[in-house]
Amino acid sequence: MRQVYLDYAATTPVKEEVLKEMIPFFSENFGNPSSLYTKGSASKEAIMIARRKVSSLIGADENELFFTSSGTEADDWAIIGIADALKSKGNHIITTGIEHHAVLHSCEYLAKNGYEITFLPVDKEGRVRAEDLENAITDKTILVSIMYVNNEVGTIQDIKELCRITKSKNVVFHTDAVQALGNVKINVKELGVDLMSISGHKIYGPKGIGALYIKRGTKISDFMHGGAQENKKRAGTENLTGIVGFGKAAELAELNSENHITKVTELRNYFIDQVFEKIDDVFLNGSREFRHPGNANITFEFIEGEAMLLYLDLLGISVSTGSACSSASLTPSHVLTCLGVPVEKIHGSLRFTIGDPTTKEDIDYVIEKLVEVVAKLRAISSVSKAKGW
Amino acid sequence: MGMYNDKVMDHFMNPHNIGELENPDGIGTYGSPVCGDMMQISIRVQDEIITDAKFKTFGCGSAIASSSVATDMIIGKTIDQALAITNKQIIDELGGLPAVKIHCSVLADHAIKAAIYDFAQKNGKIYAGLEGFDPNEDDEENDTCDTEE
Ligand code: FES
Repeated sequence: MRQVYLDYAATTPVKEEVLKEMIPFFSENFGNPSSLYTKGSASKEAIMIARRKVSSLIGADENELFFTSSGTEADDWAIIGIADALKSKGNHIITTGIEHHAVLHSCEYLAKNGYEITFLPVDKEGRVRAEDLENAITDKTILVSIMYVNNEVGTIQDIKELCRITKSKNVVFHTDAVQALGNVKINVKELGVDLMSISGHKIYGPKGIGALYIKRGTKISDFMHGGAQENKKRAGTENLTGIVGFGKAAELAELNSENHITKVTELRNYFIDQVFEKIDDVFLNGSREFRHPGNANITFEFIEGEAMLLYLDLLGISVSTGSACSSASLTPSHVLTCLGVPVEKIHGSLRFTIGDPTTKEDIDYVIEKLVEVVAKLRAISSVSKAKGW
Repeated sequence: MGMYNDKVMDHFMNPHNIGELENPDGIGTYGSPVCGDMMQISIRVQDEIITDAKFKTFGCGSAIASSSVATDMIIGKTIDQALAITNKQIIDELGGLPAVKIHCSVLADHAIKAAIYDFAQKNGKIYAGLEGFDPNEDDEENDTCDTEE
């Protein structure tokens, strides 16, 4: 049976070139980068090269990039580290209702510890309104954290404009760019951000490696306490193979950037057009214009997402859903809720994310099967257009 | 596949008794307050015996499997026997459900009662097993709507 993976926003496979680059650093060049002998300095050198490659992908200076264990750690560090460092200045943090849980839960943790958190609303496409941000800033505001590209609906924010607002009020700006990396052109200097979280496994690198960009001069408390690694800011023996893999993946992403974006955008648009042509009562969640190139988040009315997902899985197709039924807490996607999508329509939402390895044949196969699955579940469903809810 | 056992998957992939009976003797719908799903069961009754049953469900894999097995279970039973079916029995019949999915079987158990309630109303009958059951009252005991992650 054909296998079609359409969940590249969840994670990506490690590219062969990346894996090849990593292999020697497991058993052969395994030295601790902190060791003074040759085996150690060779590892140190490898990390330096990788840091250069990852920095280059986001337009940062090498000494502004700090490796972490994940995008989540980078988010946690940015938020809790800034909150702590600037606590004498204020206790107010602004974020949005559509952030990744790494940001939301870090903010909720701070809320329990005396900080005030404002969760900005978004419009129905998932975009933050500049005036909402402007109005939310008070003289107690110390940090604004807004994600660059949303993981569920793919909405891209105007980070440059939002940054301009915070800068005029002297507030630190952090962005979670985990989904943006490799999928939109990023230059931290042009954007004006103070902090940016990124991760390796979304760009065909390994899992367990992320990084936080910290603009030179930004006051931030340490998060991991211990040795002097990462310029004394992030302790813990470096994830050598992960860093080397992240470096290679970043190098390839930079080289492929244009190609990748054009190719997945084309396939994604073809996919959306086909779905709309072949299936009734569907709609796209998020924005047409400001959208992650590979993301299609579509609601299929009158049926439920987990059921669709399982049927598709049996046909070799991997996708995800925002349905309440599929989450451990039985709550619908907080992102789609924030966009104003009603619960019963969130039920029928599926997220497809297209990646480098996806082909047109894959898309055609998925469309063919999707038509069958939707028809089958609609025949079972107790709700329909004629019947209503 | 991971989350459901083979029996559940079997009922989910090839559900029995899909549809809606024409001119049913009883028909009832029950919506889950937990996750917002909906199940409809229609029944045919002859001499107090349920001779046929069909379902339509808007819900997850477990809700569909529960509907399939629940309709199987009531066909051929007397009304009183059908009313005595608990969600625990539905789960046992399915060989178990993941803990988070238990409420989907409650959906089936309630939809059966709602269909019988409709039959009882139409025919002026009273069943002990329906005592305290009100299909229009959205929820009783196990509302976990405000479960937070
Ligand atoms: S119907 Fe929603 S979890 Fe089963």
